Amino acid sequence: MYPDDLKYSKEHEWVRMNGNIAEVGVTVFAQESLGDVVFVDLPEVGTDIEQFAKFGEIESVKAVSDLFSPVGGKIVEVNSEATDNPESVNTEPYGIGWLIKIELSDTAQLDGLMDAATYEATLD
Amino acid sequence: MLGVIGVDSLDGLLGDIPVEHRHPSLNLAPGLSEQELSSVFGAIAAENASSSNGYISFLGAGAYSHYIPSTVRAILQRGEFVTAYTPYQPEAAQGTLQVGFEFQTIICQLTGMEVANAGMYDGPTAFAEACLMAARVTKRNRIGVLSTTDDRLPDTLRAYSKYQGIEIVSIAPDATEIPDDLACIGIQSPNFFGQIEDVERLTDLAHANGALSIVHVNPTALGMFKAPGEFDVDIVTADGQPLGVPMAFGGPYVGLFACKKAHIRQMPGRIIGRTTDTKGRTGYALTLQTREQHIRRERATSNICTSTQLIGLMVTVYAATLGKQGMKDLANLCYQKAHYAASEINQLAGFSVSGKGTFFHEFVVTCAGDPARINAALLQRKIIGGLDISERSDNGMLVCVTETSSKADIDRLVAALSEIGVTA
Repeated sequence: MYPDDLKYSKEHEWVRMNGNIAEVGVTVFAQESLGDVVFVDLPEVGTDIEQFAKFGEIESVKAVSDLFSPVGGKIVEVNSEATDNPESVNTEPYGIGWLIKIELSDTAQLDGLMDAATYEATLD
Repeated sequence: MLGVIGVDSLDGLLGDIPVEHRHPSLNLAPGLSEQELSSVFGAIAAENASSSNGYISFLGAGAYSHYIPSTVRAILQRGEFVTAYTPYQPEAAQGTLQVGFEFQTIICQLTGMEVANAGMYDGPTAFAEACLMAARVTKRNRIGVLSTTDDRLPDTLRAYSKYQGIEIVSIAPDATEIPDDLACIGIQSPNFFGQIEDVERLTDLAHANGALSIVHVNPTALGMFKAPGEFDVDIVTADGQPLGVPMAFGGPYVGLFACKKAHIRQMPGRIIGRTTDTKGRTGYALTLQTREQHIRRERATSNICTSTQLIGLMVTVYAATLGKQGMKDLANLCYQKAHYAASEINQLAGFSVSGKGTFFHEFVVTCAGDPARINAALLQRKIIGGLDISERSDNGMLVCVTETSSKADIDRLVAALSEIGVTA
């Protein structure tokens, strides 16, 4: 449910590092709470984002939630699969349902995030 | 029940109100029977100057006299529609929702736009909300409004946007340049003076500067003039009153609102969608509700609440009764009669019809004297003259002619003006 190789924010986003690039998405808990995702509003490539700042919105049939970036930097890629087929966020939140990729401005920011066990404990 | 809550008398419930104010004497006259009451109000109503006691009217400026077919009243008065609540429970509101869906469809057909909502409060608020929507879409906070609009459009926008850091910029209709940081250009066509604006040119100008094009129309005119959608306009608004809604001293009306599908998530108001239920049957439901305040709260696209669906029903029945050909015929009647009136008035000594462009059914007459005095003289002849717009146009009177005026009525107006003009 909460892969060990990822880091987590308290706003229910996850980060997968690949060199200096952070792949970001929402956790299983987030997509379950939202229900069927029908729309994802993501920023443009090239946008600078600060850690924990809002970068977009995710909409289900019954709710809208802000998306907060777990790390800061420059957005280098935005997942069109998530915008074209929002249900992918429900079916594969850690896979093809990823949302954005950020070029990290400061790797020390990762220390401000939780590991899988710590994150899962906060969900109770 | 008093015993259950521990109060020993009805007066006990009023304990917080000082004794001397608890049962004030109201000085009301004794009650009347229904028959007597009818008589009293009937006498008051008879003092109104209206077509039912021999007056003819040439007054428009936002509320228009059109013939309302009996089909509208017949369906409007059905208890199923009159008593229906806002359709948040689709399983209990299919009738209301279907009418609303057809309403939206008709608006799209009339305006040439891709999507429409289920109605706003009225024209001016629809226009104001369109401007706010443009601000959200473009992320700009300066709103351009053409100087030829009815003042109530920017006034309503001002009221809506007062604490939102929005600046309203007046744009001349013949402007060839606009600031490059406007969210939109808001155009009214026909404008306040009855003239058709160059919507195509202004829309191109807006787009060239990254701004949206908003056009506020008269829906009756759409039976004759090109639909705004054909000019790549972004948002179309209007007051639905001319389509089967009585003037009724200013309301209730319904605002029409349509836009490009690309902007649908920023559109305010309720939107009705057509879908299928679990058994595959066609059904209707409110959709895209995540724009609305019961989900998005302070970040909603609007704080609109009260539904004008019943007025929307009147518009829907009216449009369905007239049909496409009827709308064309109606527009043509209004156009022809207004142009006849304008031509006759223009020939009167001391009166001239200003405005060089194309008009639909309203035009400005520059009068032989103070329009207020001319209107008073007209009223004595049981004629309601056009709107006194001398504040915006010297000795100007905005005259409107619809299909409800016969040739004889128009000739009567012209003859009266001729008499009055000589002595004014």
